[in-house]
Amino acid sequence: MSDNSIHSSSAGHHYTSLGLDNRKLLWWTVIGSECMLFGSLIATYMVYKGKSLVGPFPHATTDAAGNVVKGILDIPLTSASTFVLLMSSLAMVLALAAVQRGDKKQSVLWLFGTAFLGAIFLGFQAYEFTHFYHSGLTLQTNLFGATFFVLTGFHGAHVTVGVIWLTTLGILAQRGKIPPEKALNVETAGLYWHFVDVVWIVIFTLIYLIP
Amino acid sequence: MSAHNETHGEHASVKDYLIVAAILTVITIVEVATYYEPLNQIPHFWLMVTLIVLSAAKFFIVVGYFMHLKYDHRIFRRLFLGPLAAMGGLFLALVLLFAYHGVKYYQ
Repeated sequence: MSDNSIHSSSAGHHYTSLGLDNRKLLWWTVIGSECMLFGSLIATYMVYKGKSLVGPFPHATTDAAGNVVKGILDIPLTSASTFVLLMSSLAMVLALAAVQRGDKKQSVLWLFGTAFLGAIFLGFQAYEFTHFYHSGLTLQTNLFGATFFVLTGFHGAHVTVGVIWLTTLGILAQRGKIPPEKALNVETAGLYWHFVDVVWIVIFTLIYLIP
Repeated sequence: MSAHNETHGEHASVKDYLIVAAILTVITIVEVATYYEPLNQIPHFWLMVTLIVLSAAKFFIVVGYFMHLKYDHRIFRRLFLGPLAAMGGLFLALVLLFAYHGVKYYQ
């Protein structure tokens, strides 16, 4: 019997001939391709940065008449939402650690905690989008609006998928269906969630902090 | 060490995760502080370099410790770092082409 089949039959996992789990390999491949997707969106934003002919503008600037125009981005609000997403990554690793040691109570707590923090981040984003819309910034307003909403909208969609995924895992953990042998189910969700976090780390710096 | 063992090697402990989270929080506070007086008086180029370095540090800390890439098999590192490098090249090419060569694209 080959080494591969020994792994497969003994633990119910699907290992490659290298001894790596197929699902983990799949998710790292997905994350690699997601890097290209978000890289393109961020590059598009940077290429058009500062090229909008009409406002609202992201940061404070001066118009043709020399008047100072206030920027539309709310740094304190977004700093809070960034912190929330960062803490959700901590909650995620604590959830994985709890699942790996078979602590059901802590697993449920941290899985739902991560999903809850993700939902709070989405709340911040919904508030920001609504505020921008009422301030006259839409997808069609200018280059900033188009590139900003597409980039942060795609990111928000990824966070939404993550929240649904984590909530599902939380319910399964509550029903006792994620024993330590199935910790990889949580680990792959964690990979996705942390990736969503690192994308926001880049977005926060390039869009919000660099004027 | 076999490939299988490398995949499931030693991960960081809960204490390590808390330390990493604290470091990430401090970096974020420093980043946000640069937006306000007097730190935003730093010349724009150096402000940009500082923010990019801090952001890159956060990025690789999360990827290395929270995503366990530091401890995982090298194939996973290659699967992530390969597309990341390609994305970096694409990013630089686009920004240099459009921002610094005066290509007219929005008229």
